[in-house]
This record gives sequence, structure tokens and C-alpha cells, in this order.
Amino acid sequence: MAFAVQSNKTGAPRTRRRPAHTGIAWLFLAPFAVIFVVFSAIPIISSLAISVTDMRSADLQTPFGVNFAGLENYVALLSDGNFVRAILNTLLFVVVGVPVTMAVGFALALVLNSGIRRFRSVFRGLFYAPVVTNIVSVALIWQYAFNQNGTVNEVLANLGFAGPNWLGDENLAMPVVILLGIWRNFGTAMLLFLAGLQSVPEDVQEAAALDGAGPWRRLWSMTIPLIMPTTLLVSVLLSVFFLQVFDEPYLLTNGGPLGSTESMALFTYHQFGFGNFGVSSAASFILLLIVAAVSALQFRLLRSRS
Amino acid sequence: MTSRLRPAVLYTALIVLALVTILPFIWVISGSLRTTSDIQANPGAWLPSEVTLDNFARLFSRNGFSTFLGNSVIVAVVIVIGNIIAASMAGFALAKLEFRGKRIAFAAVLIALMVPFSATFVPQFVVTVQLGLVDTLAGIALPSLVLPISIFIMRQFAASIPDELLEAARIDGANEVRIFFQIFLPLAGPAVATVTIMSFLASWNNFIWPLIVAQSADSYTLPVGLAAMSQAAQNVTDYGLVLAGAVIVMLPVLVLFLFLQRYFVQGIVSTGLK
Repeated sequence: MAFAVQSNKTGAPRTRRRPAHTGIAWLFLAPFAVIFVVFSAIPIISSLAISVTDMRSADLQTPFGVNFAGLENYVALLSDGNFVRAILNTLLFVVVGVPVTMAVGFALALVLNSGIRRFRSVFRGLFYAPVVTNIVSVALIWQYAFNQNGTVNEVLANLGFAGPNWLGDENLAMPVVILLGIWRNFGTAMLLFLAGLQSVPEDVQEAAALDGAGPWRRLWSMTIPLIMPTTLLVSVLLSVFFLQVFDEPYLLTNGGPLGSTESMALFTYHQFGFGNFGVSSAASFILLLIVAAVSALQFRLLRSRS
Repeated sequence: MTSRLRPAVLYTALIVLALVTILPFIWVISGSLRTTSDIQANPGAWLPSEVTLDNFARLFSRNGFSTFLGNSVIVAVVIVIGNIIAASMAGFALAKLEFRGKRIAFAAVLIALMVPFSATFVPQFVVTVQLGLVDTLAGIALPSLVLPISIFIMRQFAASIPDELLEAARIDGANEVRIFFQIFLPLAGPAVATVTIMSFLASWNNFIWPLIVAQSADSYTLPVGLAAMSQAAQNVTDYGLVLAGAVIVMLPVLVLFLFLQRYFVQGIVSTGLK
């Protein structure tokens, strides 16, 4: 018996070119599979399920005792001015934040790739540092800097201007929150663009230069089309980050003043905090749909253009 | 492009931009070294009028702060070890083994990577409650025990190992477990380093999930504890204390980053993700 098993083991790989390792492979995948089922698969499915119930935090011990509410939560959400405001705030965040972050990241990547010869990795490190830094620490200092008596207003006072209370102003809080999002993410854009630029062959550039194409012309007609796949990747990634924005408004303003910086993710969190699990799940499912739609749309647009 | 633009202009622009970028770091560090009265007298000043470590001393003598620090370290160690072991196994299987359900397994990794956290945290919390892990460090660490990005890094690395090497071992009678331990793992050093850094970063900087799971100060991690401290401190405007806390939270990652920039960059570029 033992002999038969053994000969089978050593014989199998030689008879079939690609042996099936189903048992051992799933053994290797078991830890991931367990975590995935418990913390991704079940939550994704139950997120949808909870969103059509009237579940509240009081129902946590008896999650199957809740009532079916149909699309009530969705209908209520879409007629809730606060939620609509959160959608608009989130879109503003994306529409302003993504292009600016990409432009800054691209310009820096361009300069680091071909503008300078020395200290490249020093600059790359400095520009990337915000990405790895803990957001709680950074938000603290932004609060401190944009305070009524903070450093920003100090600088403005020296220039002869009276600075406003940035984070307490309904119109000024959002720009500060967006600025923090840009500051925190442009390093990622830079790094990915840098990798994209490094894959553009030098000799193509040189040939174009010999043919008399100036630097801007080469940038516009060669570099930008050649790195289109990178641009696609960066724009999708950043849109997905910015759509889910939570940390920046939570830490700087907690969505205020008067809901002017409340994002969809923050709205979801606040509803969760109030114990409205059904409403919260419905809101997060709408966010999930928007994230999926934006990714799909961006892939299509950029594909057809390139 | 290169020859036409003046390097001097570019360097100046880069230096100015770099300074603006790291300004918040300078503020945090200089603020943490100022006395409370100095901060209250000149809230917007750039440099301390006198340097003091008093804020750090007060921070560590406070109840709770050492607990937050300890919790963050425990959670990070568990998550890093979990990711190294489980992701190298999963990455090896996905890149080098032929098996039934491979497409499903790969789709699962992609789904885990793509689905926004904000879309699933309510049911994740419900699951955590059902498991009895609310307000525990296990509850904080468990969902990040095998991050999809770690599997990606490992899978990418495993794919770069030539099949012939594994095939030769198979012909010599080695089974997949031996191949994994004796051939794959010894070669996987750089990938393990990248996974270590990426998962440490994810754990150390994670904010929203610990914020949800930790209900009492005993299970706060550093970022959650710091956020709570700062909300409390706003009433008494003890900025020095909070900024000292901010320095402690930032420092480990910045030091790691300074020395291991290469691995950070690899982690980002190889997967195109944070």
C-alpha cells in the first residue's frame, strides 16, 4: 500500500506535464481562504443583505431577527439632503483632487526622470514621505497650522492679511481637506509615473530629437501617448482612493462645519455610529456601486483614446 | 528635454517643493520640543524658544500611552508574521502550482484587493462581534492577517523563479512542501522584506478599523489613542503633548523608510498599489 502511494507520487509528474496539485495548493491557500471568507466574502454578501433590513446596533446579538425593509433605506437615503450633500462633496473631492494630484505627480516624475542627474533618490524619498506617514499625526499638524492662530495665519499676518478660521468656515474647510488629500497622495502618483517613464525607450527619444522634435513636442506626441497605460492605472487608483476618502475629513473637521466636508465614507461611519446599520450598509453599497462604475468608465475612456 | 532646461532652475524648484512637502514634519518635531507656555504664547512660531523634552516625559508618564504603543507593536508583529507565512504560501501556490479552482482563488485575491473597505466595515464589525472579538487586539489584527497586496508581491516574485528549477527538484522526488521550504523560501528574501515593510506599514498606520473595533482605551492602538488624546486636548489646548505623541507615531515608519526606501518603492511599483 505504502509502496503504491509512493510510486504514484513520483510517477505522476512525469506522465502528465502539468501535474494537478489541488490538495497541496489549497492547503497553502487555506489561511488566505479562511480570512477571505470570514472578512470579505461573508461581509460583501451580508452588506447587501443588511442594507435591505431595519437592522440597528441593538440587533447585534440576534442578527437574524431583523425585519425586511426592502428598498426603504435606499429611498430614504436618496431623499436625505445630508446624504446627497455627502455624494456631492465626495465627487468634488475626486474632480479636484485627482487631476491636481496627477499633475503634480507627473511633473515631479518628469523632472526626476530626465531633468536632473543627481540626488534623484533623495528627492524621490522626500516627496514620497507623506504617503508612508501616519495620517493621524499629519492631520494634527494641519489642524494646528490652519487654526485661527496657526502658522498659516501667522504667515498671512506677516504679509499684512488677516487670516480666516480655515477649518471653521463652511467654504474654506473643503479646500484644506482636499489639499491634505493631494499632499498625502501625490507621492504615489509620482512613483508610478516614474516607473512608467523609465520604460519609455531612450533611443526613441533620441531619434525624435535628431528629427528636430523639440522637448515639448516630444513630451506631447511621444511621452504622453507612450505612458497612457500608466496614466490609466494612476487615474483609476487615485479615483478609487479619493472616492473612499475618510481619514482626512474625519480627522480635520469630522465632516463639519455644517456637513460641508462630510464624505460618503464618513456619512456611512456616522450612521454606523448612530447604530443605523441598515442605513449605513445601504449607503456603503451605493458607494461601492459608484467605485465600480468609475473604474469601469475610466478603463473604457482611456482605452478608446489610446 | 534634458539639455534645454536649466538644471539650476529645476533644482531650486525641487528644493522649494520638497521643503513645502516636509513642512508638516518640521512643525510636528519643532512643536513637540516646545514648552506649553511657549506654544500658547506664540502658536504660529516656527522654532522653539527653548528646547524641552518635557512633553515626551509627560506623555510616557500618562496612563494609557504605553498601552497604546504596546498594542500597536503587538498588532504589527502578529500581522507581519501572518503575512510573511500565509502570503508566501499563497503566492507560491498561485504562481507555481496547477490546481482546480486556481481562477477562483485568484479572483478572490482581486476581490479582496478591490472592494472598498468602507463598503464592508459594517458586516465585518458584525462578524467580529459574532466571533466575540470586539474590543480585542485579535479582532484588530485578524482581517489584516493575510493582505491581498502581500499575496501579489509573493506571487510576482514566485513567477520569476524558473520552472526548470522546481521541475528538477520534482524529478528528484521532492514534494511541493519540500520545494516550498527548501527552494522557494531561501530565494524569497527580497520579497519577504517587501512584504514585511508593506504589512508593517498597513498595520501601523491603520486607523479606521482599530477605531471601530477598539471600544475601550485598553485596546486602542497608537493612532486611535492619539486621535482620542487630541480630541480631549483641544479643550485644554495641550498641543505639546499631542505633538509629542504624533512624533512617536510617525517616527518608526520614517526611520524605516529612510533606510529601506528601495523596498518601499518596490512594493508600490511591483503592484501599482498602496
